[in-house]
Amino acid sequence: MCLNAKNLSCIRSHKALFSDLSFELSPGQLLLVEGKNGAGKTSLLKLLTGLRRPDSGLVTWNGCPISDPESDFRAQLAWLGHQNPLKEDQTALENLKTLGKIRPRNQTPLTEALKSVKLSHVKHKLVKTFSAGMKRRLALASLLITKAPLWILDEPQAALDKSGIALYESLAEAHLATGGMIIMTSHHAVNIDSDQLQVLDLGHE
Amino acid sequence: MKSILGLIQRDLLLAYRRRGEATNAIIFFGLVVLLFPIGIGASERLLTEVAPGLIWIAALLATMLSLDDLFKEDFQDGTLEQWTLSPHSLVSFAWARLISHWIITSVPLILISPLFAMTLNLPAEAIGVLVLSLLLGTPLLIFVGGIGVALTTGLKKSSMLLPLLILPFYIPVLIFGASAVEVTAAGWSPAGQLYILGGLFVLGITLAPFAVASALKVSVSQ
Repeated sequence: MCLNAKNLSCIRSHKALFSDLSFELSPGQLLLVEGKNGAGKTSLLKLLTGLRRPDSGLVTWNGCPISDPESDFRAQLAWLGHQNPLKEDQTALENLKTLGKIRPRNQTPLTEALKSVKLSHVKHKLVKTFSAGMKRRLALASLLITKAPLWILDEPQAALDKSGIALYESLAEAHLATGGMIIMTSHHAVNIDSDQLQVLDLGHE
Repeated sequence: MKSILGLIQRDLLLAYRRRGEATNAIIFFGLVVLLFPIGIGASERLLTEVAPGLIWIAALLATMLSLDDLFKEDFQDGTLEQWTLSPHSLVSFAWARLISHWIITSVPLILISPLFAMTLNLPAEAIGVLVLSLLLGTPLLIFVGGIGVALTTGLKKSSMLLPLLILPFYIPVLIFGASAVEVTAAGWSPAGQLYILGGLFVLGITLAPFAVASALKVSVSQ
């Protein structure tokens, strides 16, 4: 199981955001994408998920291009963009149930996932009453109920407070320990063992 | 299949919790139909004559106004991205959204249309045909309109683009729908018009979801 990117480049409005980007990610590793605003972090993640096609280069999963219809890449992927895919007029539990139906489920019960992100006391409250940090934690809970080994997360720590960031780090460590892979962007340092951490810098000022 | 039902269930629940928004289409429909006789004078013969076209035009406009929100929310909060990247096909997502949108906006409209038809003095036998033609026609309006919505979802300002895109495709539905009711009111058989509507209906609900799914994929990958 590995994700491979070869010579990726991305051009937006006639300007090259990055070019000739290559890396390999194997189980138990986290790839941290860093860079200033507008450096192309989100664009890179979208290339890696297959939402957008690279202008040149290739992304492969287990040696098979991810855009190949034969590839099982989508069943192995859990993506979280910078918005939370939540409905304001549904409760936390209902939202998690919907998200659980989209991706392949594992055995973890929904209430257990809510407990892990410390939201079990508000599971029957509507999401519109939540703070931004609580919404983010609920979105992160959706990662715990899927068996997808590869998480691609766009600023998972956005809107989280100190304890929320620590919570996210512990979830990420647990995922890596079971052979999972994570690709994420962040403006903060990520407190994870340096053997497991690869850093990709898209350029600073 | 389970995911389709789950999605329809979610949409119905959301519509129930936002009852105010969901009733907009039907209020618009009622206002147009009830204000018309006040505007042109309530001569019974005149009303019978214009009733089929009037009800159909009001239903068409009410449907078109409701279409704008079809994929907007799912696009903005990232749900659409989740579906695009899930192992499920985007066609099933499109299908479920279109069906639930029809249940939420058109079914109440169809249920209340006999009442409005009576206020416009439409003969009793034409009312049954009106309901039947709306049953065949409104899903078609939503499924075909869905293609236009999916194409314009990623755009920031698209308010006038959508009607321009989809109105040409609505005209055949309007012609055959209104004409089926009209010929029944005049004492003829509406079979021909209803068959054509039925044919368009089958074509629309089987093929449109594929076009909607491809258009959504384009919108998401911008």
